[in-house]
Amino acid sequence: MDFLAELLIAALIVFGGVFGLVGSYGLAKLPDLMTRLHGPTKATTLGVGSVLMASMVFILWDKGTLSVHELLVTIFLLLTAPITANFIAKSFLHRQANPETDLPPTGTECGWASFDVPPDSDDDEPNSLTIPRRNKG
Amino acid sequence: MITYALFFGFSCFAVGLLLNLFRLAKGPTVADRVLALDTMVINGIAILILYGIAKGTTVYFEAALLFAMVGFISTVAYCRFILRGDIIE
Repeated sequence: MDFLAELLIAALIVFGGVFGLVGSYGLAKLPDLMTRLHGPTKATTLGVGSVLMASMVFILWDKGTLSVHELLVTIFLLLTAPITANFIAKSFLHRQANPETDLPPTGTECGWASFDVPPDSDDDEPNSLTIPRRNKG
Repeated sequence: MITYALFFGFSCFAVGLLLNLFRLAKGPTVADRVLALDTMVINGIAILILYGIAKGTTVYFEAALLFAMVGFISTVAYCRFILRGDIIE
């Protein structure tokens, strides 16, 4: 039983370490911000969640008490990662001097959100202004 | 076995922090730097938790929770600031 618990804890820590490293490597390596967002928001969050699970199993095995704090931190990180990613992407998109030419390609026919209309939409105008609002005063 | 796994985990997240620091210094846009700072907070939480496992204590969980909250709030505040020039309008 001890061996199994140690194996589980060690495996979770190694799993988390590999994913954390992959996420940070992606942040340093990928070419532009929209692709760079993928590393931290997905891989690093999964890695930290795995380390927190390892800590939970460790406390359960070592002290015999179930600790819920880690679960709280994990849920909080999983909830906030997409929100921060969306905020960073929005601030990146709207800080371009010339959104027509400066933004990286989307890889699809449609342009970036809030600059272009989705193909199957009924609206004929984007949701927000094409000109970033900071230019208006 | 846990000791070696902890060594591995510590080195992974430490190298990750260095890579984030590289992105923080290089930029090129402000959004890149905010993203790098956010990732540094997340890696810091991981290192804090690993340190708690290494010491066998539970006192670092509250610190980790505070780190997570402050990191999220600061990232959102920074993004709003560079987007709108104001945090609470």
